[in-house]
Amino acid sequence: MKALNKNLPLETEQIDPQKVKQELLKKYPTKVARKRAKQIIVNKVSDGQEMPEIGANTRTIPGIITQRGCTYAGCKGVIMGPTRDIVNITHGPIGCGFYSWLTRRNQTRADGPEDDNFMTYCFSTDMQEENIVFGGEKKLRAAIQEAYDIFKPKAISIFSTCPVGLIGDDVHSVAREMKEKLGINIFGFSCEGYKGVSQSAGHHIANNGIFKNVVGLNDNVKEGKYKINLLGEYNIGGDGFEIDRILNDCEITVVSTFSGNSTYDQFANAHTADLNTIMCHRSINYVAEMLETKFGIPWIKINFIGAQATAKSLRKIANYFENEELKQRVEEVIAREITEVIKVRDEVRARCEGKVAMLFVGGSRAHHYQELFKEIGMKTISAGYEFAHRDDYEGREVLPSIKIDADSRNIEELEIHPDPERFRPRKTDEQLKKLQDEGFRFKDYDGMMREMSDRSLVIDDISQYESEQLIEIYKPAIFCAGIKEKYAIQKKGIPMKQLHSYDSGGPYAGFRGAINFYQEIDRMVNSQVWKHIKAPWQESPELAAKYACD
Amino acid sequence: MLLRHTSKEITERSALTINPAKTCQPIGAMYAALGIHGCLPHSHGSQGCCAYHRSALTRHYKEPVMAATSSFTEGASVFGGQANLVQAIDNIFTIYEPEVIAVHTTCLSETIGDDIPQITRKAEADGKIPKGKYVIHVNTPSYVGTHVTGFANMTKAMVDYFSESTGQKIDQINIVPGYVEPSDMEEVKRLAEMMGVRVVMFPDTSKVLNRPQTGKYEMFPAGGVTVEALKTTGDSLATIGLGTLASGPAARALDTKCGVPCEILDLPIGFKATDRFVDTLRKTLGITVPESLNEERGQLLDIVTDMHQYFYGKKVALAGDPDHLIALTEFLVSIDMWPIHIVTGASGKKFESRIRQIMKDSPYPINIKAPGDLFLLHQWIKNEPVDLLMGNTYMKYIARDEDIPLVRMGFPILDRIGHSYFPTVGYRGGMRLLEKILDAMLDRQDRDSPEESFELVM
Ligand code: SF4
Ligand code: SF4
Repeated sequence: MKALNKNLPLETEQIDPQKVKQELLKKYPTKVARKRAKQIIVNKVSDGQEMPEIGANTRTIPGIITQRGCTYAGCKGVIMGPTRDIVNITHGPIGCGFYSWLTRRNQTRADGPEDDNFMTYCFSTDMQEENIVFGGEKKLRAAIQEAYDIFKPKAISIFSTCPVGLIGDDVHSVAREMKEKLGINIFGFSCEGYKGVSQSAGHHIANNGIFKNVVGLNDNVKEGKYKINLLGEYNIGGDGFEIDRILNDCEITVVSTFSGNSTYDQFANAHTADLNTIMCHRSINYVAEMLETKFGIPWIKINFIGAQATAKSLRKIANYFENEELKQRVEEVIAREITEVIKVRDEVRARCEGKVAMLFVGGSRAHHYQELFKEIGMKTISAGYEFAHRDDYEGREVLPSIKIDADSRNIEELEIHPDPERFRPRKTDEQLKKLQDEGFRFKDYDGMMREMSDRSLVIDDISQYESEQLIEIYKPAIFCAGIKEKYAIQKKGIPMKQLHSYDSGGPYAGFRGAINFYQEIDRMVNSQVWKHIKAPWQESPELAAKYACD
Repeated sequence: MLLRHTSKEITERSALTINPAKTCQPIGAMYAALGIHGCLPHSHGSQGCCAYHRSALTRHYKEPVMAATSSFTEGASVFGGQANLVQAIDNIFTIYEPEVIAVHTTCLSETIGDDIPQITRKAEADGKIPKGKYVIHVNTPSYVGTHVTGFANMTKAMVDYFSESTGQKIDQINIVPGYVEPSDMEEVKRLAEMMGVRVVMFPDTSKVLNRPQTGKYEMFPAGGVTVEALKTTGDSLATIGLGTLASGPAARALDTKCGVPCEILDLPIGFKATDRFVDTLRKTLGITVPESLNEERGQLLDIVTDMHQYFYGKKVALAGDPDHLIALTEFLVSIDMWPIHIVTGASGKKFESRIRQIMKDSPYPINIKAPGDLFLLHQWIKNEPVDLLMGNTYMKYIARDEDIPLVRMGFPILDRIGHSYFPTVGYRGGMRLLEKILDAMLDRQDRDSPEESFELVM
């Protein structure tokens, strides 16, 4: 067998991934196996081989035990959750609002004690039977009025849950009516959980809503020479704070973050930035496209997960602005930060080198976090997303070939035209050309698979059953997924790191984040606690003859 | 301030719930279903509800919580979820091989009006339900009631589907433990065992949601009431339902269906309610209470009398489920503490009058709201401060803003451990509660007392 993964433990390397794939499918009913076969791919990307196609963003099979959540969760929880000064009212029965109340660890820091912060609150219309039978618009209207009377927020948004769509409440017309009446911005989201096939649809609905209803409303131009937006960064565990710290030291100004630690005014102001940088390609690439079409702001993919990736991203931003002083500044910051990073990295690497990780999470993290594992010598032998699309696996060049199915067609595609007053190309055609000739890439995302080695298993929307089988077969040193998977994995004696909420940790972005992550993984994969699971008498059950009585 | 927008001034609200003190039916149904041995709960609706319920239960127990979903998309929402459920049943039995699938609905499938028994019959006719395996169901529309309603409904479904009476009585009693922790269920069983009573407890989440670390994961662990045991409940001598809301419907259903007489008692929190539980067992079965139990009771009372000065006259704010609040209020009042603000997310006139009756000698005016929310509770506290808060983890935001100690109790507890292992019911549970109350209040006294009156001995 050709040794491709030099630093892997021998047992792992000898496992044939094709056989593993068959093993995973064996137990499924035929129809299920056929569908899952398209979503379980043995990677093959080296030496110009044709990238295998993966099934992604398709319906989850009923009964399969999936990691996925719903459109509402993607809209209200993920995208709009981190904005602190909008009153987010869930229109529906109590549960949906309750479960999305403070559970995502997206941190926020209001500027002062007087500034609005509603993130600690949960607002719901708590629909009752009569609202389902006779319609809930009246209650929604009253709820908006009460929220306004008590809190006087600058904006209110409304999130539709499953029953709302079915009973035909028109949240948008209620929003328009109340906006008129109260004179503040009020807008609704049709993010019923059944729309689309995962949270991803909800991201899209949320972002469209913000783009339509908020972006461009505030033309004040922020001070700063190098102004960017950070798209797809949600400040879980304080990631955004660390990124802000670094950018600030580089004298790069963040006009708005979508949507970690964000405010309404930042969204309203987003069109004044000169560059859009994308962290999580999945949840937001279309916003970048729209911002470019409407306002002329170019976008690039960056990644602040991993010290090398952070340095690379900073350099890329500096190159975009074509300013020597900025480039110089960025190098100084990198040099200043990297010493400590390398010190900890090498220390940890000595203990982690060659160990094996698996990552099944989200729509970008299963890719980004491979960077951090690589830095401490750990190998990702299997990974997959929970709700990503084919372009996040195979790269953006597959975009034209992605078929639009009934579920995607549900999600509104906004038709965007250049804004008559605000469209302003940030670079001339010559400048763009020059940059590109120098190797600078706009709108670039090559996806996860290209960066994984051949023979690794790429699995979309992994099921509980498949996770268990994978663990039995590969016995990885660590498994990364979400809260629902955590304890089943750990009961098997394998440490499990949550990469949605980071358990209780973070930040893991940027330089300090990298250090945190190295240390966290070191703690998890090298800890003695996993060695105490068996009692002495379970380890060696035989009795010493001299104590045994006949 | 964490809750910086909460003002003292209270305005009447009719439409907007702020910081709820309840959640929705299906999570209670899922929790109850996990208390059947070899059961996989199934959420018939879109996959978000299932993901949320599993996540919430997982965070609360730090244990695996498995459940499947019908994963509705728009098509299913328009045309109904029959195909989804039939396929789900097939997949679940093929892949995960449970003994029982316990289906509950969500707001979505309820609004559509899916007929679960009809779909199950279809699955059966299609040969998707292996011989000797079961699919049970319950309707759990979340726009009615709370998570406790869902628990009660699923527990009643166990009776509807399984209880049989053969006419041959068995020397055992049924206990429906209420929407309590696995540790509490264990403790109730232990108390009954101490009295020599044979018990079928349903549901029973002990050894399911408080499992040891063994290096092995079992999707269907040792715990949970078995189907065989459930079937025998119709032949038991009697049923004791603990907690009117959570256990009443199942206990009464058993009476109606199989003629098993039932007693519905309060949750045995505190000595008075535990006394009633023990005494009911004693009288129903004509047995004597063992000395060991008197001893436990005595230990609880010993703490009460030893530390009475710290309890006496203290004001408390409570939020939680009605069954818990009734028993807890009685316990607090019995040691001379006074809950003055009480909210629950459920609606209930009976609840309110019961609390008022327990509190009739209160020297303070009391605020009760059912249904109320934590926002209102916080406003009351701002107007009339208290010495102690008791409630779920969301109360810690109030606790920090108002600088009041908090004892965590109820659902969910997301930031501390213990509830799954150590009970709050029974005499032992009472001792643990008092320990927690004292720790919280005395730590506060230690923190706040001036140096000259800082006490070594308390
Ligand atoms: S839709 Fe209903 S069942 Fe689902 S989470 Fe919301 S309230 Fe609960
Ligand atoms: S009801 Fe719909 S919106 Fe609410 S949690 Fe369930 S799937 Fe999501």
